[in-house]
Amino acid sequence: MNNSMFKRFCIGLLAWVIAFVIFFPIFWMVLTGFKTETAAIADPSLIFSPTLDSYIEVQQRADYFKFAWNSVVISFGSTILALLIAIPAAYSMAFLPTRRTKGTLLWMLSTKMLPPVGVLVPIYLLFRDTGLLDTKLGLVIVYTLMNLPIVVWMLYTFFKDLPRDILEAGRMDGASTLQEVVYLLLPLTLPGIASTGLLSVILSWNEAFWSLNLTSSQAAPLTAYIASFSSPEGLFWAKLSAASTMAIAPILVFGWLTQKQMVRGLTFGAVK
Amino acid sequence: MATLQLKNIVKQFGDIQVIKGVDLDVNDKEFVVFVGPSGCGKSTLLRIIAGLENATSGDITIDGRRINDIGPAERGLAMVFQSYALYPHMTVEDNMGFSLRLARVPKAERRDKVMAAARVLQLEELLERKPKALSGGQRQRVAIGRAIVRNPSVFLFDEPLSNLDAALRVQMRIELARLHDELNATMIYVTHDQIEAMTMADKIVVLQKGEVEQVGSPMELYHHPRNRFVAGFIGSPTMNFLPVEFQDSTHEGVQVTLPGGKTCRVPVDGTGVSVATSLELGIRPEHLNLQEDGPLSGRIQVIERLGGATSLYVQMDTGMVTVIADGDVAHKVGDVVRFGFEPVRGHLFRDDGLALTSLHQHPLTGIDRQSNRAPVEGSHS
Ligand SMILES: Nc1ncnc2c1ncn2[C@@H]1O[C@H](COP(=O)(O)OP(=O)(O)O)[C@@H](O)[C@H]1O
Ligand SMILES: [Mg+2]
Repeated sequence: MNNSMFKRFCIGLLAWVIAFVIFFPIFWMVLTGFKTETAAIADPSLIFSPTLDSYIEVQQRADYFKFAWNSVVISFGSTILALLIAIPAAYSMAFLPTRRTKGTLLWMLSTKMLPPVGVLVPIYLLFRDTGLLDTKLGLVIVYTLMNLPIVVWMLYTFFKDLPRDILEAGRMDGASTLQEVVYLLLPLTLPGIASTGLLSVILSWNEAFWSLNLTSSQAAPLTAYIASFSSPEGLFWAKLSAASTMAIAPILVFGWLTQKQMVRGLTFGAVK
Repeated sequence: MATLQLKNIVKQFGDIQVIKGVDLDVNDKEFVVFVGPSGCGKSTLLRIIAGLENATSGDITIDGRRINDIGPAERGLAMVFQSYALYPHMTVEDNMGFSLRLARVPKAERRDKVMAAARVLQLEELLERKPKALSGGQRQRVAIGRAIVRNPSVFLFDEPLSNLDAALRVQMRIELARLHDELNATMIYVTHDQIEAMTMADKIVVLQKGEVEQVGSPMELYHHPRNRFVAGFIGSPTMNFLPVEFQDSTHEGVQVTLPGGKTCRVPVDGTGVSVATSLELGIRPEHLNLQEDGPLSGRIQVIERLGGATSLYVQMDTGMVTVIADGDVAHKVGDVVRFGFEPVRGHLFRDDGLALTSLHQHPLTGIDRQSNRAPVEGSHS
């Protein structure tokens, strides 16, 4: 074995190990979902008689589809809203920068460093007084605000990569700002916008802190659904695993389907 | 009809004044070239005319109408960018027809206009392609085609040839000149290349540090540069400058002492210059001749033989000068040579850089560009 082959072998091995470490908990969770509660807390074993009991019981206790629908509405709703706000914002920052643009961007990103729990009480009170508690609209608003810094920042970097001349040529050709955006900017940065949107959907789908604190039944998404199966007493591991499997299944499939798009978008600037 | 005037245009970016009060008249169907070193404000001035940049102060008028506050598209101008700035996601046809599409021109009419422009530029074969699948020269044509389709009153070009290789550049230069005649259009063309300026312009505007140094026909700038900067910028190889001393001034010109002690009377107006003032003599390499009894001398440092001509780089006591000599000249490096010039070829510059006015107007200064070329078939002029 020569040197470079050995190197490739090592890198390959490392990749497999890392992938396994990341994948194993998910694998174990799926497995546990098909066990009985007693088998779930018995010595870990790969050999058991699979059963759908946990799934049936989970579905009897709470309507999965209601939570799933809430998750879909909230994560896509907040993503669309975030894009609608972020595209004009990123446009002006990328193409009409002022002295304060860089600072504004950094400030926006720095808000992500604040622990969310720090603003829980004010937001809870605001939501209570405006009737947004346990509404989908409420979570859409919170998730939009939560993801906006990252969405603006990502779009800004994609837009900045677009040669200014192209938009100026459009303006010479008679395009209004809106036409410039619709006919030139959006089609040319679509891979970037798509991957930004996908990231926002995934982040919203997986968000648990706000959904647990601001919803109870009506607007609760899948993260709240999972949490509802952990209880201080009794056996719940199999049911929790079954619920978790169902909760992550859609986003896993979604992520898998859009994987190509994600990679293309995130490397968009680099390979152009 | 399209005439364009700039009146005292000033442009500031923050505290920095980039354009410092430019006045200019562009006549109908004129080919005007802005030339100057990189960073002198050519592009900025063009972008102000295009409407992509606002002037800090001053007026821009087209056919007498002030257009400062009118958007770029409504000014009726078209611009060809240095980077071509084609729309990468559209076919050549869509690129060229984009302005018409925005103006809601019906599809059939749009196609006719695009086809007409494509014919002029021999782009018919490429209409279905995307810009990525085109060569540099073809992209350039598409960018020009996109401008033609808009049927603008004035074409603006920002260094359109600088991304092409040398051979293609010469070809496009000729083609642009042909287009100018064929389209009967007013054109403003920005370049840092004085050869492009000399070969294409009716009128050259020499810019430096945001100010107009001189406006004139190519031959006017070559034979009667207004100052030392223009003299050095126009012409290649660049003009030689020698320190001389003013002796006297008559109606026949100014008598100066050359380096080495010989004297020479240059036919320029020396009114107001006092005796013993230091001046600079400007003389172009192609106007220096090797002569056994020439008033100047120096030692040859480098010889560049081009076949038809030979460039001699000669070290004089006062500095290096370039002499363009015959292709068959037999000198070798290290030889001491004597050379001279016809006094009428000399220019004298005061220490503030301004040239003393020539007493004789060169006969070619008024020549227009059309007289240099055979008439184009089918053109109206
Ligand atoms: N948007 C801008 N902001 C600040 N300075 C600028 C801007 N655009 C151009 N400049 C400055 O103005 C000067 C002239 O630029 P430009 O017109 O592009 O020169 P040229 O085209 O002659 O090379 C340069 O010094 C450049 O740095
Ligand atoms: Mg420029």
